[in-house]
Amino acid sequence: MDLISHLALGFGVALTPVNLLYALIGALVGTLIGVLPGIGPVATIAMLLPTTYALQPVSALIMLAGIYYGAQYGGSTTSILLNMPGETSSAVTCLDGYQMARKGQAGAALAIAALGSFFAGCVATVFVATVAVPLSELALKFGPAEYCSLMILGLIGAVVLAHGSLLKAIAMVVLGLLLGIVGTDVNSGAARFAFGVPELIDGLGVVSVAMGLFGFAEILTNLEGTEKRELITAKISTLWLTKQQFKESWPAVLRGTGIGSILGLLPGGGAMLASFGAYALEKKIAKDPSRFGKGAIQGVAGPESANNAGAQTSFIPLLTLGIPENAVMALMVGAMTIHNIQPGPQVMTSNPGLFWGLVVSMWVGNLMLVVLNLPLIGIWIKLLTVPYRVLYPAILLFCAIGVYSISNASFDVSQTAAFGALGLVFFKLECEPAPLILGFVLGPMMEENLRRAMLLSRGDPTVFLTRPISLGMLIAAAALLLLIVAPNFRKKREEAFAAGET
Amino acid sequence: MAFIRHPKDFFAGLIFIAFGLAAIIIGSNYSLGTAARMGPGYFPRILGILLLVLGAALSLRALKIEGEPLPRWYWRPVLIVLGSVVAFGLVVTHLGLVLSTIGLVFASSTASPEFRPKEALISGILFAALAAGVFIFGLNLQLPLWPWSN
Repeated sequence: MDLISHLALGFGVALTPVNLLYALIGALVGTLIGVLPGIGPVATIAMLLPTTYALQPVSALIMLAGIYYGAQYGGSTTSILLNMPGETSSAVTCLDGYQMARKGQAGAALAIAALGSFFAGCVATVFVATVAVPLSELALKFGPAEYCSLMILGLIGAVVLAHGSLLKAIAMVVLGLLLGIVGTDVNSGAARFAFGVPELIDGLGVVSVAMGLFGFAEILTNLEGTEKRELITAKISTLWLTKQQFKESWPAVLRGTGIGSILGLLPGGGAMLASFGAYALEKKIAKDPSRFGKGAIQGVAGPESANNAGAQTSFIPLLTLGIPENAVMALMVGAMTIHNIQPGPQVMTSNPGLFWGLVVSMWVGNLMLVVLNLPLIGIWIKLLTVPYRVLYPAILLFCAIGVYSISNASFDVSQTAAFGALGLVFFKLECEPAPLILGFVLGPMMEENLRRAMLLSRGDPTVFLTRPISLGMLIAAAALLLLIVAPNFRKKREEAFAAGET
Repeated sequence: MAFIRHPKDFFAGLIFIAFGLAAIIIGSNYSLGTAARMGPGYFPRILGILLLVLGAALSLRALKIEGEPLPRWYWRPVLIVLGSVVAFGLVVTHLGLVLSTIGLVFASSTASPEFRPKEALISGILFAALAAGVFIFGLNLQLPLWPWSN
């Protein structure tokens, strides 16, 4: 009955007034940026990361986590009413959600999106709680060689499941690893790639890199075209489902929750992959696939449940193995490091209040989100009428103040702007920034574990192949790479992503 | 440059090659050490070579496979947006949060094709009040409010 005592501990932490407040702030901010197109959870978390210095670590993590899954709730509103994804993970919801809205069923679409998300959130919380303990026990047995192989597997997985060219994604990972080791080498004290700049001796900041590559680059691309928005608001009559709609959608919610929970666990996974996967599944098993894209409620229920489940289960690899699997989790590593917490299996034993408090807060946060998103939907819809020309200077402002406040240095602000320019170049050349940020966070960890593994084996690289767990992970990584070269899988992967783009 | 058939991949490859070369050349100042006792130059060397190979593969492949042309590059938003952010970082300690915020909001607003001066000024003032409330009074950031508050 460990689980119950763990959850009790978690409730004790999550239900303190302070942590309830930060869960609420996270949920509110998450919904806000989810609703607003043009700013995603990565940029927002980067923006708010510096403000968490003053908080208790658990409050900081509760708030940042709330932003991520809160964005999954908010994103669907924009997709349904505006035919424009509030978040990339809600992109597929546009297909059927907007069509439902045009038919006058916006209320039903919004309701199933929120209720499906809530159900998925509850299941995913339990899933995190049950899987975490055995996984972290396994991870405690890992030596440096296993960790190294695990990181390689994680990075390869992230690349295989990422969108776009494989070669570019691998190159982005390697570039990220390289940028990650800028600064003082912990072993020798040598300052690497610092060019004599004192600020670079501490390394590049994860906030600057993420904010530049995701936040600024996105604003710059948005400014190139003029926006056309067609908001459907008049047609929301009731925010509830008919019996028929309920009957049609609940199996899709179950399937979405299942596939989302699993896809959230995979390296490179998380909310976006989960929603794409769920949509592809719903379309595949439907009796009449031609209804999809014309307002099929399953096309909203499945992906919207899946993205929330995926957002939450993507915390599992971070919390148990210490390996971030997507850009948001990479920033969570940054948040934990700010508070001197080394992410990994030891968190659960050395800091159980933090671990279980965070897990339980996800459930609490989901409860708040249903309230925020169903009865209060009108407020969020009003927000959509704020034009982008007013919005983006505000985003820039909060980014600039946030990054400046990390160490009161104008250098950091310029550095962020430089990464913004680089991010725009990468966007134009179709290089996804997510693998880079993963590599960036893992760079120092990977070097450290590689060094230790090689030191222990006296310079013999076969250590990675003779230790069974390490070998298994390397074989899995190789298999993933082979899989993507196989034409069949490649086609499926492209189809899954294409579904969300048309 | 008709021989470049996939310009996006080609130029992406060049960027990776440049970073790889830089890592190898600059990294050659750091001692390599041995495989058992890696020096500070060992891991960067591996990454540099890897990046060089990947970049070269990408660029060479771009001579064979077809791809879309490069999208247009708009200098205006890039210069205005990034310039006003950099300027904000440079002046905020001298001018204080309020004036710097109004400056940043107004200057960056000009990048939008739908720029409206009056609206930008008003939102600048509103955001300045909000930023002062949240960051200085709420989060206690060490930033001057006005030029004379230092």
